[in-house]
Amino acid sequence: MNIIVLGCGRVGAALAMMLDAEGHSVTVIDQNSDAFRRLGAGYKGNMVLGTGIDEDVLRSAGIEKADAFAAVTNGDNTNIMASQIASMIFHVPRVVTRIYDPIREETYRTLGLDTICPTSIGARLFKERLLAGIGDS
Amino acid sequence: MYVVVVGGGKVGYYLTKTLIGEGHEVLLIEKDKKKCEALVHSLGSVVVRGDGCEASTLTEVGTGRADVVVAVTGDDEDNLIVCQMAKKRFNVPRTIARINNPKNERIFKILGIDVTISSTDIIMSQIEQELPVHSFTHLLTLRGAGLEIVETQVAPESRLAGRALRDSALPAECAISLVLRDGKPIIPTGNLILESGDLVIAVTSPGSEDELRGLFRGKT
Repeated sequence: MNIIVLGCGRVGAALAMMLDAEGHSVTVIDQNSDAFRRLGAGYKGNMVLGTGIDEDVLRSAGIEKADAFAAVTNGDNTNIMASQIASMIFHVPRVVTRIYDPIREETYRTLGLDTICPTSIGARLFKERLLAGIGDS
Repeated sequence: MYVVVVGGGKVGYYLTKTLIGEGHEVLLIEKDKKKCEALVHSLGSVVVRGDGCEASTLTEVGTGRADVVVAVTGDDEDNLIVCQMAKKRFNVPRTIARINNPKNERIFKILGIDVTISSTDIIMSQIEQELPVHSFTHLLTLRGAGLEIVETQVAPESRLAGRALRDSALPAECAISLVLRDGKPIIPTGNLILESGDLVIAVTSPGSEDELRGLFRGKT
């Protein structure tokens, strides 16, 4: 699959390397060239420097032929806008968006984005681990 | 009218001030604490500190009864989210977004924002009007039809000069509507032979604009 990963932070870099290792054609976008250093030496995919909310940048990353798009920059709004461009302008079949703010996440999930909210997931995991074996009360 | 303005930079500040001066009820949302203090000092209690992208802030300022929400922060993505939250969560009838990248105009429209204002475009059109030669001026954008009305001039190097209109192979989605020669209007027919220096009013789709511009300018 042709996959675009927007944001080369810890999550983005790890995701890109995993997908690359599994043989997918991966392109990572980040506006900071230093961020690409997070990609390990074994990474064989592409890197595009630029902002993910610019359709020219997205085009040069090959979005017109992308099968999937992941928005994992550290900005909720950038992720939301880039994901909407990917799905509604370029009709990428599968688009997943990270949104830290749970309320914004709920809003855009209702509006049809496929979202992941690390805040809610993290809080729930912590709660489960803290209360493991104590019983519900 | 109740107007919610998001973003307390220079645009937001003067916009708020002007709207208040015209007797509207206005509320200005700004995220930054220092900026907020300065704004409160100057504008008083119409300033609220908060993130205009967050539902809690928008609820606090009564966005539900706003007639218009205007997003004028310096970031296109923030302005988009503000307007979408206002529209989808609070049913605000009209949303206006400032955009920096002119290409976002089309994107914002598809994503449901009513009006976009691009300072880059506004300044560009002013520059174009001032340029003496080979100018290509946007006269009007027909948003609904996705067309633009432009004014341009036949350059001496243009291959349109000395050629009948019917043979000039204009780009698709372009039509020459009026020719002005020595100040006199000519309604063009296929037989009309364009001359260098002719002023031309044309209708074009945004996609064909670059090609049309090159054709008149005489670049290959």
